[in-house]
Amino acid sequence: MNHDKVEKNINLMAILIVIVISIGGLVEIIPLMASSDATEPYEGIKPYPPLRLAGRDIYVREGCYLCHSQQIRPFRSETERYGPYSVAGEFVYDRPFQFGSKRTGPDLARVGKRYSDEWHRIHLLGPRDVVPESNMPAYVWLEHAMLDGDLITRKLRALQILGDPYTDEDIAGAAAAVEGKTELDALIAYLQDLGTVRSAR
Amino acid sequence: MNSLWSWWVIIGTVVSIIACVWLIVFTNRQRASKEEIVESEAHVWDEDIRELNNPLPMWWLWLFILTIIWSVGYLIYYPGLGTFSGTSEWSQEGQYDAEVAAAEARYGPIFAKYGAMEVTDLVNDPDALSIGASLFANYCSQCHGSGALGARGFPNLTDDDWLYGGSPAQIEQSIMSGRTGIMPPLGAVFASDEALNEMVSYVQAMPDGMDTSSPAHTQYMTLCIACHGADGSGMQALGAPNLTDDIWLYSSSPQQIRKTIVEGRTGAMPAHGHLIGPDRARVLAAYVYSLSQ
Repeated sequence: MNHDKVEKNINLMAILIVIVISIGGLVEIIPLMASSDATEPYEGIKPYPPLRLAGRDIYVREGCYLCHSQQIRPFRSETERYGPYSVAGEFVYDRPFQFGSKRTGPDLARVGKRYSDEWHRIHLLGPRDVVPESNMPAYVWLEHAMLDGDLITRKLRALQILGDPYTDEDIAGAAAAVEGKTELDALIAYLQDLGTVRSAR
Repeated sequence: MNSLWSWWVIIGTVVSIIACVWLIVFTNRQRASKEEIVESEAHVWDEDIRELNNPLPMWWLWLFILTIIWSVGYLIYYPGLGTFSGTSEWSQEGQYDAEVAAAEARYGPIFAKYGAMEVTDLVNDPDALSIGASLFANYCSQCHGSGALGARGFPNLTDDDWLYGGSPAQIEQSIMSGRTGIMPPLGAVFASDEALNEMVSYVQAMPDGMDTSSPAHTQYMTLCIACHGADGSGMQALGAPNLTDDIWLYSSSPQQIRKTIVEGRTGAMPAHGHLIGPDRARVLAAYVYSLSQ
């Protein structure tokens, strides 16, 4: 091929560029999509129940992932502090996953059951009431914002269409499951079950 | 990864490397000899500005060639080509397990030695206490504070006042199995707001002695006595606090005492046995025990 042709035909050049930069993805990403390690749920991992799903969306909305990661790497320095390292199968129902990339606060992948519900309540409303050294913001509005049963029903239905194994009964009961619950309740429910299927030392 | 995807990765990787080699050979063949400067005649702007098609500098070209040689060596030594695990048999799990095994060989005997000692002996071992302080910072400080002074709802561990008992065995049990203390909500029991206020004042004044003349005293003797005792000294089996010692878990303000009575409280210490194991728990118990000695 004469490279004059490529330089003078922008469409041909664009196609060739796309081919070249796709190869890395084709070789590195596509095989993972067919790998059971990455697509099958880890033993004990189930789709989020309605309250926890609502809490997860609050976690995303408030940008918790900007300061907290949810991925423990396989280094002893991390597993000593946080618990067993994360595996891909733990995140199959996370859309999108909350790995994060920065730890201004600690990793939260195994925070479930590490503290009491009451601790989370106090800490989310006023972090310095329990951790004086903390620079985390207070999320006071969560205490009074109520969850929307219709919204969570629609979210479950959308996830069912995407292939998450929710039954029709799950969806029918979703609104009742968040009835009278605040956003704070939802977020605590989400946090209290994070990483508990692989928590033992 | 099955063999189809394995071959997909292998072919994609190898073809890419061969393509890089071809690209170098192809572009190198463009020049006729080392001395000749190849001009691209089509690229002329403003009459005399020409783009030349000179060969790459040799040091630059060699960097390309070295990265290709490097990649071949890498793919032989490390896993990369599909399911081929590389001659080094390296894996991140393997590296992690080796790291943990090395640490276990180094620190395991230390913790085993401490795990076999009594807390009352460990408190005299500065090394054990220093390890205990590190464990405390990681596992306990979020609730009890980095100085173990506690916070509202989370007990101070330095004052030798204990909800569940301060003996080494009791501290160790609190760490290993956790504790849950429940004060039931009693708001509905009070006939009037005045009766409730009487009770709040009565409880607030208990450290100065129980006021037997107060109408709330009669109610205390039926309502509260089961957990907090006839003399108000509490019950460690239930985690019911001593109300006569002027140490307040939820502060001594009338508002907080009222809230405790009306809404109840749940004080939960999560179990840590499955997180740290018995040997580290023993060291941690020694550190906590030492704080109030």
